[in-house]
Amino acid sequence: MRRGFNENQLIILRELCSYDYRSLTHALRSISRKYGIPLSTLKTNTKILKELGIIEINKGKTPKITQTGKVIAELLNTRQFNGLDLDPRTLNELSEKADLARRYILKMVAEAGAGHIGASLSVVDILITLYLCKLRYDVRNPDWPLRDRLILSKGHAAPALYAVLSIVGFIPEDELWRFRDIEGVLQGHPEVGIPGVDMVSGSLGQGLSVGCGMALALKRDGIPAKVYVIVGDGELDEGQVWEAALTASKLGLDNLVVIVDRNSYQQEGPTEHVKPLEPLAMKWFSFGWYVVEVDGHDFRQLLEALNEVDDVGKPSVIIAHTVKGRGFPPAEGNNIYHSRPVSKDELRSFGVLI
Amino acid sequence: MRLAFGKTLVELGLKYKELYVVDADAASHTMTSLFAENFPERFVNVGISEQDLVGVAAGLAACGKKVVVATYASFLMRAWEQIRNVVGRARLNVKLVGTHGGISNYGDGPSHQCFEDFALMRVIPGMRVVAPADSVELRCCFEEVLGVDGPVYMRIGRDEDGRVYDDCVCGLGVANVVRDGFDVGIIATGYMVFEALKAAKELKNYGIDAAVLDFHTIKPLDTNTLIKYARATGALVVAEEHNILGGLGSSVAETLIKEYPTPTEFVGVKDMYGHSARSLEDLRKFLGLTASDIVRAVKKVVKVK
Repeated sequence: MRRGFNENQLIILRELCSYDYRSLTHALRSISRKYGIPLSTLKTNTKILKELGIIEINKGKTPKITQTGKVIAELLNTRQFNGLDLDPRTLNELSEKADLARRYILKMVAEAGAGHIGASLSVVDILITLYLCKLRYDVRNPDWPLRDRLILSKGHAAPALYAVLSIVGFIPEDELWRFRDIEGVLQGHPEVGIPGVDMVSGSLGQGLSVGCGMALALKRDGIPAKVYVIVGDGELDEGQVWEAALTASKLGLDNLVVIVDRNSYQQEGPTEHVKPLEPLAMKWFSFGWYVVEVDGHDFRQLLEALNEVDDVGKPSVIIAHTVKGRGFPPAEGNNIYHSRPVSKDELRSFGVLI
Repeated sequence: MRLAFGKTLVELGLKYKELYVVDADAASHTMTSLFAENFPERFVNVGISEQDLVGVAAGLAACGKKVVVATYASFLMRAWEQIRNVVGRARLNVKLVGTHGGISNYGDGPSHQCFEDFALMRVIPGMRVVAPADSVELRCCFEEVLGVDGPVYMRIGRDEDGRVYDDCVCGLGVANVVRDGFDVGIIATGYMVFEALKAAKELKNYGIDAAVLDFHTIKPLDTNTLIKYARATGALVVAEEHNILGGLGSSVAETLIKEYPTPTEFVGVKDMYGHSARSLEDLRKFLGLTASDIVRAVKKVVKVK
């Protein structure tokens, strides 16, 4: 999105977002003084922003940012986050949004009487960091060709994806309560046609191959977008993941990022009992990937890692250590909640029903 | 067949700038190598990994590309679940080409021969299934295939084992009447159209006038032509290089039983694996896929009509 605007337009947008100017003249004069930009330049750029439908100008009144403009401004601002510089207010906001997502997930699963709580709760903070701080997308134009793509390869965590998509505005909140309903849009696993969902999933181990194809197409078309693929750790049992890991490496897909939700459990027990994965970082490293390990519930670490892998010149993987069921005490690290539904009474007793 | 496929790909590569070809280390055998030489920037060899092959193709298609996937038919079936769960469910513009289909790879034996692909592909919702008879038909069929939006499976043989057409008009979903006749309708697909024509000639000696219908599109099935000939001839024989379970024969039977029950015989692989052979003819005889087998089936079916 940033590439579509010049510096002057960005300054105008940022200023109009931050201050209530009496009128356009007042605004442009102030900006001109503050930044030393000629008034005529500012006027030309303001006209462009107006034509793009980003700002609204009525003579003698406070210039307004349109809804589209607000979305864009938010995106532009969030792009400037740096893990280490996340200020306490933003951190607080992220953690509030993550809390909300967790309550959404639990309620969705309670309404549906089914759903994978453990895997959804472990991936929430990863999704929140991506959607609120990193990904470029346009809620009004889900098919925007320049958007970053996200594939939730661990499709059983669909409730988490839907919750976060709802928080950022792709899915109306009411729709969440029809999760898995025959009348609803939100199926048990991600389907195309759900706003904000870039790819189907549900059959484990397939997302990374698709991510490779997307990253390749974007690269060859010269589109500077990135592809993020979230995989579960249990999913790494699938051979296709490693086929794709070789492909990404061969094709030099430096616009491809894998995030492993390393919650250390799969359906039938701990990953290290079912099919040991360790040393996992070394496996990816030996496949030619850039590897980072983080605490998958720490927004600072997650964002720092996401920024770090932006320019490493090869495909990268972030191994995010998480707790299955994080945020719902009975499910934390308790694999019984892999796909066990919760009742509304249970949610009430833990004070999470909204 | 492979050569015609490779050459057509190059032509279509010129026509469609968004055409990508993805291959699993078989380019010199599927002849996608010709495309690779001409358009290296739109060609990907993912190595010997069919599941990844289909996934990568799906990703390219999701970013607006027309994607052709080509590998041995029998190994492409390894990625059936990937085809179902990604390409099919997301209705992606991926054209899957299974080369070395049917018995055309006689020497390599059962592992490399493929009699199951029609059955596996036609049960995927939205998937079209196509099998041209010769290299002439392949060319126009393939153009049509690339023109449609959504997933298509096209099976081709390794070599051109018999020429049916001089020029060809191929409308997907519309069978070609290769030879008209009134006593029996032979419904064939792929190379078996050629054998059916041989059979029709031989049947003339027995006073049987056989129509030969080229069902290059197995799905969606041309039920109009099918029912028309069921009515006109009252006896049908289906011939395909495929297991008699689940393929064109089954599809024909599913329609007839509902719309116009007609005595029908099935010439196909009788629910068994193939065998290595030194010549195509040897394997054809071994599996019962010759013109003589069609003749026998016709004689049997005309008796009961």
